[in-house]
Amino acid sequence: MKMEVTLGNVTSIPLGEGRVFELGARRLAVFRNREGRVFATQAECPHRGGPLADGLLGGRTLICPLHSLKFDLETGLSADGACSLRTYPARLSPTEQIVVELGE
Amino acid sequence: MGTKRKLVVIGNGMAGVRAVEEIVARGGREQFEFTIFGDEPYGNYNRILLSDVLNGSHQPDEIFLNPLAWYEEHGVRLHRGVRAEKIARASRQVFGRGGIVESYDVLVIATGSVPFIPPIDGIYLDDGAYKPGVFVFRTLDDCQAISEYAMNKRTGVVIGGGLLGLEAARGLQNFSLGVHVVQRADTVMNQQLDGPAGAILRKTLEQLGITVRVGADTKRVLGNERVTGLAFADGSELPCDLVVIAAGIKPNTELAVRAGLAVERGIVVDNQLRTDDPNVFAVGECVQHRGQVYGLVAPLWEQAKILADHLTAVNPKAAYHGSKIATKLKVMGVEVASMGVTEPTEEGDEVVQFTEPKKGTYKKLIIRNGRLIGGILLGDIAKAPYLTQAYERNTPVPEERLSLLFDIGAPSAKASVESMPLEMQVCNCNGVTKGAIVGCVKQGKRSPKGVMEATRAGMGCGACKQLVSEVVNWACGGETEADPAADYYVPGVPLSKPELVKAVRERGLRSVSAVFGALAGGEEDAGSKPGLASLLNSVWAGEYEDERDARFINDRVHANIQKDGTFSVIPQIPGGVTTPAELRRIADVAEKYRVPLVKLTGGQRIDLVGVPRESLPDVWRDLGMPSGYAYAKRYRTCKSCIGTEYCRFGLGDSMGLAKKVEARFQGLETPGKLKLATAGCPRNCSEAMVKDLGVVAVEGGRWEIYVGGAAGAHVRKGDLLCTVGSEEDVLRIAGRFFEYYRQNAKYLERTYAFVARVGIDKVRSVVVDDSERIASELDAAMERSVAAYRDPWQEADAPATPNQFRMTLPVVQ
Repeated sequence: MKMEVTLGNVTSIPLGEGRVFELGARRLAVFRNREGRVFATQAECPHRGGPLADGLLGGRTLICPLHSLKFDLETGLSADGACSLRTYPARLSPTEQIVVELGE
Repeated sequence: MGTKRKLVVIGNGMAGVRAVEEIVARGGREQFEFTIFGDEPYGNYNRILLSDVLNGSHQPDEIFLNPLAWYEEHGVRLHRGVRAEKIARASRQVFGRGGIVESYDVLVIATGSVPFIPPIDGIYLDDGAYKPGVFVFRTLDDCQAISEYAMNKRTGVVIGGGLLGLEAARGLQNFSLGVHVVQRADTVMNQQLDGPAGAILRKTLEQLGITVRVGADTKRVLGNERVTGLAFADGSELPCDLVVIAAGIKPNTELAVRAGLAVERGIVVDNQLRTDDPNVFAVGECVQHRGQVYGLVAPLWEQAKILADHLTAVNPKAAYHGSKIATKLKVMGVEVASMGVTEPTEEGDEVVQFTEPKKGTYKKLIIRNGRLIGGILLGDIAKAPYLTQAYERNTPVPEERLSLLFDIGAPSAKASVESMPLEMQVCNCNGVTKGAIVGCVKQGKRSPKGVMEATRAGMGCGACKQLVSEVVNWACGGETEADPAADYYVPGVPLSKPELVKAVRERGLRSVSAVFGALAGGEEDAGSKPGLASLLNSVWAGEYEDERDARFINDRVHANIQKDGTFSVIPQIPGGVTTPAELRRIADVAEKYRVPLVKLTGGQRIDLVGVPRESLPDVWRDLGMPSGYAYAKRYRTCKSCIGTEYCRFGLGDSMGLAKKVEARFQGLETPGKLKLATAGCPRNCSEAMVKDLGVVAVEGGRWEIYVGGAAGAHVRKGDLLCTVGSEEDVLRIAGRFFEYYRQNAKYLERTYAFVARVGIDKVRSVVVDDSERIASELDAAMERSVAAYRDPWQEADAPATPNQFRMTLPVVQ
């Protein structure tokens, strides 16, 4: 079952940064990179629970602010392969709304 | 899709989990459902590093190989803290403590080993528990128990002078204890070393403050309720408060015995690691294979691979033929390599030997029929990789025996890396082979750092880092392929700092995205952004186009992020001088916002810790004080002592000067943080000599300026840059030094590294004597930056980006 949720206008997230959206018990980190793409992942770093939305974003790479673990936002994999993020397909609607696919 | 087979592993240690990892790596998740029973309540950790935990060089959470999240990610169910109590082979079930029952199709026993307790009287109390003060050394909990008991004790004794015992002794040294090692045999590490090598090692240990007693047969642990000493067979006694028994290990076979499996010294397995029950396998220290039991990590890795090959049917013919034991280790900082026998055993065995006791070097090789059958290297183990290979592969050794012990002229380090077999393990903590490293290089990682990150080689205890680098270099084809990014200012833009500054100036690149666009093919590199932001801010001062996403989070919200995602707020308190009114205001803010922690900092300021991001603007507004910048790679603070105002020794107004220093350099962006101090006399109460820049008043109205000092992770006394006659001169020279540092230091290079690298003479000639005729340029550049200062906490009323101080945004449908 595919479930799509519209979160809001992309301009609510500063360019090149991330913010958190809460959907019931689920917390998503949503990122907007400088190429205009959006990504959505779990909000907390699997390493020590760092707030991923506060990380440094470049292209599709995200660096956690607490201990600098590096993740590929498309696959969710960490650079050293030791852990991975849950990712959610995300896109922009024609009216620049962030749309996230939750699944299940 | 058929149903998956149930694979149950008893034992959540290095062998059991490695076996699961190897099976998963072979696509085993398609075939099996995994369940692991673990006696300990943790994920799998690196037992080899327990002594590092005991001695405080590692935190317990740093030695985990598989944190609990790993199990979840890989679909492995872990019964943690659940001891398996019974195997019912007929019904194929494992019963765990607390009524947990698991059925299996395939069972893997990996129960490891338990400490061997020698028959010594007085180890136990009447109820069978260890006498308080007696410990074994096998688990994280053992470490914890020893650490707690060792507080305020005077003497600790380790029974057992083998590898484990010496590691335990090294750990005990962390506590303020006198540490003794008592060894029953006549030499320490008698499994790996011969008499002379043991004697050299023993001497080294004693130099490190450990008293070693060999040939000591412990008879009794003294003390009624708790340990008070040891008594030996020769009648002597050794008073002590704490005893760690590290006299060896024995396979943990209890469960297998009760299940009726064939057990001798260990659980008997065949070449496929199968017990005498075709559905039950065993790996690791609990196993006996061809009469051998192993207590080291390398054989266990080999066994796990063979088992996985076999169980997943990737290679049904995979067979284990036993391991040849070669070890390389570091005992209390002494490097030791050992393989095979330690003494000649047959007539005609040839011994090649070299000793230099003064330097703690010892080398001995035993050769039979032109092949190496044993060796000991102590102190200098440069030849270990080559010799290990010759031993393991049983290859003929060169006629020139001297070349076995020493590298004579020829580039033999390279040759030995070259001749290492691909399957040889380079990193023993993470089990990375030469082949894996070569494969990683072939996939495009051509720097040691890149390979280490990708393979985790060298990321355990770190002892193999040099060897990993050598293998990478060799695999890169001999051209010295040092990390090409090592010379770059940031890894994502292939230019050194001077090249980058030149390009930025010539092309007028005023923002981080403009730099990526013009100089990195449009490819953004997340990790390079803060470094570029810092550089551009220094180069362009007020003309810099600030893109907030290029900043680290601290610099976006002007506060220091804490482990729980809250922030710390430190307002400016110039010179550490405050007023009752200011203190009252700070107290009011702390109460109003329920700040959980109020802390005095080392920089003579007040830290409000635990402020949520959303409250930052209100907290700043209510404080009505500018930012103290205690979160950025910038000028931080200037401590001071009382100086002339009240102090009876004061020679210069250090407090007044500190305030002027702060007023001039507040918020100045620099490659690393700047911590300053001013002292009113050479008594130096404000510790000015260990600061990035420190100023000390001396008689005659003069000030000494010290630069490049540090007293944090790195300790360095600052170098005297010059002595000047006025406060104005202090500000001028300080500013010029900071600008020179800004223009020439690498990103994150602190002044202590920068001054040491450039040399104080060079720094002085440029900054004080103007040898390069750039002083007026440096002064002008500093003036521009100082003029561009703006208190960032003003953003409370004028956010720089949408939702700057909000983390969670509402869902707007």
